[in-house]
Amino acid sequence: MEDMKEKIIFCRGGGCTAKLGAGALSSVLAKLPKKRDENLLVGFDSSDDAAVYRLNEDLAIVQTLDFFPPMVEDPYTFGKIAAANALSDIYAMGGTVKTALNIVCFPESYDLNILGEILRGGNEKVQEAGGVLAGGHSIMDTDIKYGLSVTGTIHPDKIYQNHGCQPGDVLILTKPLGIGIVTTANRVGEASGEAMQQAIASMTTLNRYAAEVLADYDVHACTDVTGFGLIVHLLEMLQDGHMARLAANQIPYIEEARHGAEEFLLTAGGQRNRNHAGDQVEFRIQDFAMEEILFDPQTSGGLLAAVRPEQATEILQRVQALGLPCGIIGRVEESTSDRTNHRTKVIVEQNL
Amino acid sequence: MRKIVVNAMGEQCPIPVVKAKKAMAELPQEGGEAEILVDNEISVQNLGKMADQKGLKWNSEKTAEHEYHVHIFVGEGQEKPKVKAAEEEVCMPDRRGHSVAVISSSVMGNGDDELGKILMKGFIYALSQLDTLPETILFYNGGVFLTTEGSDSLEDLKSMEAQGVKILSCGTCLNYYGLTEKLQVGSVTNMYVIAEKMAGASNLIRP
Repeated sequence: MEDMKEKIIFCRGGGCTAKLGAGALSSVLAKLPKKRDENLLVGFDSSDDAAVYRLNEDLAIVQTLDFFPPMVEDPYTFGKIAAANALSDIYAMGGTVKTALNIVCFPESYDLNILGEILRGGNEKVQEAGGVLAGGHSIMDTDIKYGLSVTGTIHPDKIYQNHGCQPGDVLILTKPLGIGIVTTANRVGEASGEAMQQAIASMTTLNRYAAEVLADYDVHACTDVTGFGLIVHLLEMLQDGHMARLAANQIPYIEEARHGAEEFLLTAGGQRNRNHAGDQVEFRIQDFAMEEILFDPQTSGGLLAAVRPEQATEILQRVQALGLPCGIIGRVEESTSDRTNHRTKVIVEQNL
Repeated sequence: MRKIVVNAMGEQCPIPVVKAKKAMAELPQEGGEAEILVDNEISVQNLGKMADQKGLKWNSEKTAEHEYHVHIFVGEGQEKPKVKAAEEEVCMPDRRGHSVAVISSSVMGNGDDELGKILMKGFIYALSQLDTLPETILFYNGGVFLTTEGSDSLEDLKSMEAQGVKILSCGTCLNYYGLTEKLQVGSVTNMYVIAEKMAGASNLIRP
């Protein structure tokens, strides 16, 4: 493999850190005329993870696509991560993966073996998801980008939307945060091999297993945490009149991310997320690094689910058994009067 | 004062910060200035965040489309830079004076209310175009209809807020009109603050 020769070009601030800002996106989407179709159960109105279209009473299809530039140096690992990330949206809706199509941008001058390795990694993850790779589309580009368009199935009555959480619900996060900071630190040679291994282990893990655990319980809302970071994804889950209270000491994260944040190895995406959240988030902690971790764009991040409090401990134990850092990170409440600002939707305390 | 200029144009985060840290480390003991050139505002904000966390003075100026100069001052003996708050003045000159505008009605002047509404909208717009913006705009009684849902002036007010103008709405009034949850711009205030702002103003502007 000649990937090392290309690595500077191969890996240039990739993964979900390359996502457009949430604010920029919604202003553009709001201008598109909308066509009503009663069978489109989930569209982009609710900024949900994937689209769901009902075919008949018992069956709907879930569609999603995701692709991005590399965030690791090894093409095979990148393929696995990009695929796990694209497949994740199906799991965030509660669906089952059926087919996947490759999306490839690749420079003509590069060694085709690099592409072969990327696709090998992607294919392995599609198979692990129980799906089948059914084709794809490749174009020449100045930089590498890869991802998948994925189709799955779901029962129309059993969709996890991203905005159904209720006061009293407990929030569970199934993977550690800090992926963006660690991969960014790695890009400037300041991440340890161990931290990168933790990040890669997390990014290549399918959300399938956590979703299968959640399927046994009452999930009121679910999303996967990706480019918008924990805070902005959480904001999208909260309806009017509701807010969330997070416990900083319960947030699972890759330990070295704290060091990276303290060295200001921060992404543009994280700052965009901070700008987007604005005064909707109130930090009652004196912990700059934790703030950055909560805004950090995640690639192939975990599921964030709102569940009934009496089921939370059991769910957490079962998700913990899957082997990644995870936690009960907070709860959903009625909007309270202890907010300093009426727009506050998330309050971060040291502990709850 | 020693000054090191770093060109980080075309570089993505966190490279500008990494280059800035390196330059700052090279400055002599007695201090100096690192000037970092970047091509986007997010980089300015990330550099400012670092300077703030390190307790250093910094400011920035937008010199051209896609060109920003960030000045970070390290150590003793530096010239007193004009301290700028990151989110307020990253790329706009400070246009605020010390005047306070008071809006106590949703209409301007006495007579026909339809006309009064149009005039008020025009007034707020004109306010936002002044060379010197007011420091604070106070909204009370019927004035709170302008800071809440359905107001025609939200964009103008948000633009002024983005430039550092304080937009304050009377809490009692919002509550009275049932608009507390519908506030769209600025924050809620009370009569003490309203009195204090009016008393401390260099001049009061009333439509």
